[in-house]
Amino acid sequence: MFEAILVMSVGAIVLGAALGYAAVKFRVEGDPLVEKIDAILPQTQCGQCSFPGCKPYAQAIARGEAEINQCPPGGEDGIRKLADLLGREFKPLSAEHGIEKPKAVAVIDEQTCIGCTLCIQACPVDAIVGAAKQMHTIIAEQCTGCELCLPPCPVDCITMETLHETVETWKWKYPVVTLHPAANLQ
Amino acid sequence: MTTPLRSLFDFNGGVKPDYHKDASTRLSIGVLSAPTEVPTELVIPLHQSIGGTPRPIVAVGEQVKKGQRIGDADGDVSSAVHASTSGTVSAIEMRRMPHPSGLSSLCVVLETDGRDEWIACQAFDHKLATPQEIRDYLRDCGVVGLGGAVFPTHLKLNADRQGGIETLIINGAECEPYITCDDMLMRERANDIVRGVVLMREILGAKQVRIGIEDNKPEAIAAMQVAVGDCGDDLQVVVVPTRYPAGGAKQLIRVITGIEVPHGKRSIDYDVQCFNVATALAIYEAIGLGRPLISRIVTVAGNVDAPRNFDVLIGTPIKKIIAACSPLPDTNRLIMGGPMMGVEMPGDEVPVVKATNCILLGSNKIFPPPAPEMPCIRCGECALACPADLQPLELYWFSRAKIFGKAQEYHLFDCIECGCCSYVCPSNIPLVDYYRFAKSEIWAREKEKSLADEARDRFEFRQFRDVRDEQEKSARLAARAAAAAAAKQLATTDTVAIPNTEASTEANEKAALIAAAIARAREQQVTATPQNMQQLSAEQLAEISAIEARRAEIREQAKPHLPPDA
Repeated sequence: MFEAILVMSVGAIVLGAALGYAAVKFRVEGDPLVEKIDAILPQTQCGQCSFPGCKPYAQAIARGEAEINQCPPGGEDGIRKLADLLGREFKPLSAEHGIEKPKAVAVIDEQTCIGCTLCIQACPVDAIVGAAKQMHTIIAEQCTGCELCLPPCPVDCITMETLHETVETWKWKYPVVTLHPAANLQ
Repeated sequence: MTTPLRSLFDFNGGVKPDYHKDASTRLSIGVLSAPTEVPTELVIPLHQSIGGTPRPIVAVGEQVKKGQRIGDADGDVSSAVHASTSGTVSAIEMRRMPHPSGLSSLCVVLETDGRDEWIACQAFDHKLATPQEIRDYLRDCGVVGLGGAVFPTHLKLNADRQGGIETLIINGAECEPYITCDDMLMRERANDIVRGVVLMREILGAKQVRIGIEDNKPEAIAAMQVAVGDCGDDLQVVVVPTRYPAGGAKQLIRVITGIEVPHGKRSIDYDVQCFNVATALAIYEAIGLGRPLISRIVTVAGNVDAPRNFDVLIGTPIKKIIAACSPLPDTNRLIMGGPMMGVEMPGDEVPVVKATNCILLGSNKIFPPPAPEMPCIRCGECALACPADLQPLELYWFSRAKIFGKAQEYHLFDCIECGCCSYVCPSNIPLVDYYRFAKSEIWAREKEKSLADEARDRFEFRQFRDVRDEQEKSARLAARAAAAAAAKQLATTDTVAIPNTEASTEANEKAALIAAAIARAREQQVTATPQNMQQLSAEQLAEISAIEARRAEIREQAKPHLPPDA
C-alpha cells in the first residue's frame, strides 16, 4: 500500500517537473491563435468592428469577447475562413458594423485641399503624404480603403473611388458548364 | 556546315495534332509595314511585356518619328515601347486590348503621316559597352521574347556571368498548329537571324550554340544551314522530331541537351539559355542596325481563303491584316495564338502587339464547339500526355474544388498551359481553363496577402512611432525641467531656502521656466531691431515713432480696466 503510493507520487513529481521544465523551456511567445486570426483579417485597420485595429479585434475574438461577423472589409469570405479556423458556426455579416463594399481607395481633390494635416493624423497606415499648408496626396497602392480620413477633412475634399478591374488584375473565371438543350431523341 | 550525328533526348508526353501549316507557307511574307500600307491610325499599347507598365513620354499633338521611344520602361523588369511609324500623337487613352478579358489599357494613338520617316539609327557597339549598358540599351529598344511569353530579353541576355554559359539554344521549333511565322522568318531572313545569334553568343559567352528546328520545316532547316555555313561561326542546326509541344523552352532544352530543369529552377541555373528565332532577329536589328522593335511577323490562318504571314507594324488593328487574307463569311471567332494555347479576342479592332504571333480565325466547321463536359473517369490519359510531368487530373480536382494549397503542392505553377491534357481528355474537360482559373485566383490572393502584410507592418510601425514620440517628448520635458531646477537652485541657494515639499518644487520649476522664457523673449525684443530701419531718414524715423506712440496708446486703451485690488 505504502509502496504503491510512493511509486505514484514519485511518478507524479517526475512528470510534473518535466512538464514544468517544458512549459518554461518551450514557452510560446504571444498567442498563436491571435496571429492566425490576424492573418485572416484584411488589415484595413478601419475600426468598423468597434476595436481600434485588426490586431485588437483578433485578440478579442481569441478571448471569445467578439463575434466573427464584425469585419465588413473581410466580407463573407473572411467570416467563412474565421469560422473554419475557430470551429464556430458561420454567421452573416452583422449589419450594425457595416456592409461589404467593393474595394476602394481614397482620393484627395488637390484643388480643394487646404493642407490641414488632419487626414494624415487619421490615416492608420501612413498612406497620406503632405505637410502643414502643403497639398496632401494619397499613395494609392498603400491605401487600405478604411475611410478614416473622410470625417476629419474640414473641406470634404476626400472621396472614395472604387477600384475597377484592369488587364493586370483580371482573373480567369471559373469554367462554367454550358447547358445545351437535349437532342430530340426519337 | 553539315550537322554532325548527335543523340537527341526525349521529353515525356506530348501530342501529335494536325499541323495545318502548309497553307500559310505557300506565299512569301507579305509586307504590311510598307509606307503605302500603313493604316491611318495605329494604337500602340504601353504594356506589351511582362513586368511594369511603361510611362508615356510623349504628349498629345507631338510629332513622332518611326522608331522614336514613346514609353519609358518602368523599372528593370519592363521594356520600352516605340512609335511604329512617323506621325502625330492624337491621343493617349484607354483602348481595348488583345486580351481575353476585353478590358482596356493605356495606349498611345498615332495618326500616321504616310512618310514613314525613321529616327537617326545608329548601331550599338556591344564590345565596348559594359554589361549594364547592354541591358539598358536592349531595354530601351523594347526587345522582348517574341515566342509568345514577351519576357524582357535584357533580363535573360546577361553578360555579367563569369565564364559565360554552356549552351545557347535558339528556338525555331514552332510546334503549335497553324502558326508559321518563325518558319517563314527562317526561310526568308536566315542570315539576319544568324547575325543576331552570333551577337547573343558574344554577349552571353556561350560555349556552344544549338538552333533547334522541328523536322516538319525542311525549307527553314535548309535556309538556316546555309546561313550558318556562311557566317563562319560554329553554330549548329539541330533537327528535332515534330511533336507538340517541342517548342516549349523546357521541352526543347530537354530534347537538345538532356537537361531537365526541375521545379523552382530556371534554365540559367544549368548554364543554358533559350531564345526564340524572332528574338534573335530583333536583337540583330537593335544592336546591328540600331532599330528598336516596332514590327513582327504575324500568321493569319484558319477560316480564310488566303492564309499568309505578314510583317506587321505593332499597333496595326488586326482587322486590317485579316482583310488582306479574305476571311470566309462563317467566321465566328478570333483567336490570338494557336488552337492549343491561343486566347479569344474581344473584337477585330484590337491592335497587333509584340505577343501576337498568329491570328487564327475560327468557325464552327474548323473548330466545332466543344462537346459537353463529362465527369473525370481518372483514366490517366492526361498524365501520359503532360509534357511537364504533372498529374493533370489531381490538379483538376483541386482547382475545381478551389483547394488551391493542394493544387500548388502538385506544382500547378509548373503547368505551361500547353493544352495537351485537354486535347486527349475523353471526357472533354477544359482542363486548362481550370488551371488558368486556379493560377489567377492564387496570384490575386497572394497579392492581397502581401498588401495586407504591408498594411499591418505600417500600422504597427505607426503605433510604435506614436508611443516613441510620446516617450521622447515627456523625457525631453523632464530633462528641461530638471536643468531649470538645477540652475535655479544654484542661483538661489545663498538667499532663499528651497521649499522641500515635492508639490512646491514642481510649481517653482514651472514658474521658473515661465519666468526664464519671458525674460528671453524680452531680451530678444530689446535687441532685435527691424532690418529695414537702418538706412532711414530722420523724417521717416519720426513718422515711425509717431505710429508706435499711437499703437501704444491704443494698446493702453484696449487693456481691460481691472479693479485696483486685482
